[in-house]
Amino acid sequence: MILLQLFIEFFKVGLFSIGGGLATLPFLYHLSDTMQWFTHADIVNMIAIAESTPGAIGINMSTYAGFTTAGLPGAVLASIGLAAPSVIIILVIANLLKKFKDNAYVQSAFLGLRPASLAMIAAAGISVVKVSLVNIPIFEQTGQLLDLFVLPSILLAIVLYILSKKTKWNPIILIALSAVAGIVFQFAGA
Amino acid sequence: MKEFWQLYLIFARIGSITFGGGYAMLPILQRELVENRQWVTDEELMDYFAIGQCTPGIIALNVSTFIGNKRKGVLGGIIATLGFITIPIILIIIIALFLNNFSEYAIVKNAFAGIRVCVCVLILNAVERLWKKSIISKTTFLLFGVIFLLTIFTEIPLYLLVISSAVAGIVINALERSHA
Repeated sequence: MILLQLFIEFFKVGLFSIGGGLATLPFLYHLSDTMQWFTHADIVNMIAIAESTPGAIGINMSTYAGFTTAGLPGAVLASIGLAAPSVIIILVIANLLKKFKDNAYVQSAFLGLRPASLAMIAAAGISVVKVSLVNIPIFEQTGQLLDLFVLPSILLAIVLYILSKKTKWNPIILIALSAVAGIVFQFAGA
Repeated sequence: MKEFWQLYLIFARIGSITFGGGYAMLPILQRELVENRQWVTDEELMDYFAIGQCTPGIIALNVSTFIGNKRKGVLGGIIATLGFITIPIILIIIIALFLNNFSEYAIVKNAFAGIRVCVCVLILNAVERLWKKSIISKTTFLLFGVIFLLTIFTEIPLYLLVISSAVAGIVINALERSHA
């Protein structure tokens, strides 16, 4: 019974959070209040964990809630519940698109969608820059322009950029390299 | 059967190195699926991300379903998505079991501070590459600029921006035709 409940509740989270990632948060808080499967503090911890593990925060939370309430089957069912709405809706859209892809309106809609999609990707890049290459809180305190830039990170970014242009290395290698650099040079100051 | 297994494994791998949300998976998709396997094109990826932004669910999963479906139909879409969530589920179970304060460890914090720098660079690479394929005129450049600024400086929900830009595409195209 608890398994079915986990599936249904996380299905609802997946169905209502448009845009994913942090868009799932309000629904997770609501779920925390109604079902007591996890606390608000658990959600905050999970945001930190989501930043330091691969995957999406919604999946992390559904796995955690499912696992702590009903073990391995709970973790799997809650996560599949969360994923199910996207899968169903995208399958419907993808097959509709196949039918209408030669339609003139659909084609010109995509002409507008692509620059918008790229703009959002670039904006996502900016939000990562804000928490990696620059340090806005310190800059606001001191007002010194030099304090705004995190020099070791910028140096690493330049090296990675050159490597990405000059080599054909898989992104995995660059990710691994930057993790090692972060540990060796204590990028988080920890 | 072998192709489904292959699809599952590739998405399990992509899911295990996608740090920091859906957009961070883009450069990895470009390398693994556009360049190495020619399963999708850059243009299709942009379309999938735009649609994923204004449909329910997590963008990374929406994009996985799209690609899997294109490759091997409905079952392919389901298998790719299951592949994508496999490693994150295993990792969170391990963390829930053994590492209650996982994100407090110095080594974890430092490693991810490094990885975030890499994600910046990877997204920059992706933007450079997609630029040539989507910014093809003054109007598309203008649209890019407007949406970019609105995304950064306003709280307008992204799905509204996506829908507006689709409408803009239709209107712009109609205007250009009536001029021609």
